[in-house]
Amino acid sequence: MPSSSTLTRFLWSVALLAAVSLSVYAMFAQVHYTWNWAPTLAYGPQFFWGWLTTLGLSFGAMVVSIVVGFALMIGRRSPWIPVQLFCTGVVELLRGSPLLVQLLVGYYILATALRIGEPLLVGMVLLGCFEGAYLAEIFRGAVESIGASQREAARAVGFDAVQTYRYVIIPQAVRRALPGTTGQMVSLIKDSSLLSVIGIEELVQKVRLLNSSSYTALEGYLPLAVAYLIVTLPLSWYARKLERRFAYET
Amino acid sequence: MKLETHQMTKRYGGFLALDGASFQTSDDARVVALLGPSGGGKSTMLRVLGGLLLPDSGEVLVDDQPLPKDPEAALQTLRRNGFVFQGYNLFPHLSALQNIVLPLRVVHGLEESEATARAIELLTRLGLAEHRRKRPAELSGGQQQRAAIARALASKPSLLLLDEPTSALDPVMTGEVLDVVRELAESGQQIVLATHEISFARRVADWVVFLAQGRVEESCPAEQFFNQPTSKLAQQYLTGLSRYR
Repeated sequence: MPSSSTLTRFLWSVALLAAVSLSVYAMFAQVHYTWNWAPTLAYGPQFFWGWLTTLGLSFGAMVVSIVVGFALMIGRRSPWIPVQLFCTGVVELLRGSPLLVQLLVGYYILATALRIGEPLLVGMVLLGCFEGAYLAEIFRGAVESIGASQREAARAVGFDAVQTYRYVIIPQAVRRALPGTTGQMVSLIKDSSLLSVIGIEELVQKVRLLNSSSYTALEGYLPLAVAYLIVTLPLSWYARKLERRFAYET
Repeated sequence: MKLETHQMTKRYGGFLALDGASFQTSDDARVVALLGPSGGGKSTMLRVLGGLLLPDSGEVLVDDQPLPKDPEAALQTLRRNGFVFQGYNLFPHLSALQNIVLPLRVVHGLEESEATARAIELLTRLGLAEHRRKRPAELSGGQQQRAAIARALASKPSLLLLDEPTSALDPVMTGEVLDVVRELAESGQQIVLATHEISFARRVADWVVFLAQGRVEESCPAEQFFNQPTSKLAQQYLTGLSRYR
């Protein structure tokens, strides 16, 4: 049996959902939108493939972004000045310029020069680098928030620099970086829609094709929003669960 | 043990924490107390003596052996010593037991079972056996400090260095911690203790180094220091501290 607070939260959620649904319905009734779901249903399998592409692409880019973010964070904290400057420059460049431009230059110039013709792979890496620059700053904030006394204690028990990171700083920083990282992962999934500019037929591109072939609009975009939420909501839920697992008083 | 420093300086930005500090204890000093006003250089001196901090210049000798000056070799010295800090500085994400087991395993290469046995033995000795699964935030200040002492003792350090271990504790918890330190001193553990607990220092210390403004004002056997301090600063310090106790 659920506790009363769980029950209260559930009832409130149902009530709020009902209120929002009603408002949305009223809005559509007002503009007399004529629904035509038949093309969308026929397009179902294509839609599903687009969704899988988005999913796989995002997952790959997440792995890349975490590796890139960690490397850039370590680089920015490096005592070696050229490394420090290089990583700071990369972070500022990636964060400060539009992803669209990075994708175009990265794919049509850089990847072509390197003779890599695989759009999925290139897209995954480019998206991962872009989001990794944001992660680097989230990670750096978390790592620098671990106080000097913890570093001193780590040294005092005899840990070297690597051991200090591994056993003292990172376990504590992970918890502080989690909320920001989750937000960035959700952004990453949504930003993956831009990869259509380098010819990847991910979810948004599939919906555009549907809309242009069957003259529909919302019948494509609404399922699109739902398809994204199916991934992003569980991600947020899982992150909250992780945060609780890492929770401890300091 | 014999501790000795020559013309030691240590600077933090514009602040001169140690300003040509020199002293030498007798050959058989066992419990050395670092006394003196706050900001006088006690904590810095303690860290340098234990190898946790490298001085900007000057030399440190422990039993006539100079301490290494490069960070890598200093780490080896450090690993033979144990440190206890004013703010406990336990690792908050680990239980009391893990705080002790982790360095034993990772730094000193003990097997998990061996390290756990050693940790439990120490926690039991310090009255914390039943709290071993708790994280630092679930322990009182006195319990945290005792856990920190257990962590410092785990590797059987040749030198135990305590930096104002009771300054953040109330009188009852102070008593708990000082009991532990006294027992350690009586069991023959070599100790360097920075403290403001004058009557405690008087009881356990056999050598006193009095620091003020980054310099050693006095270095002599404890009995002599407490009965006939020669420097004016030390006299003022002792009178000031004993006014209300």
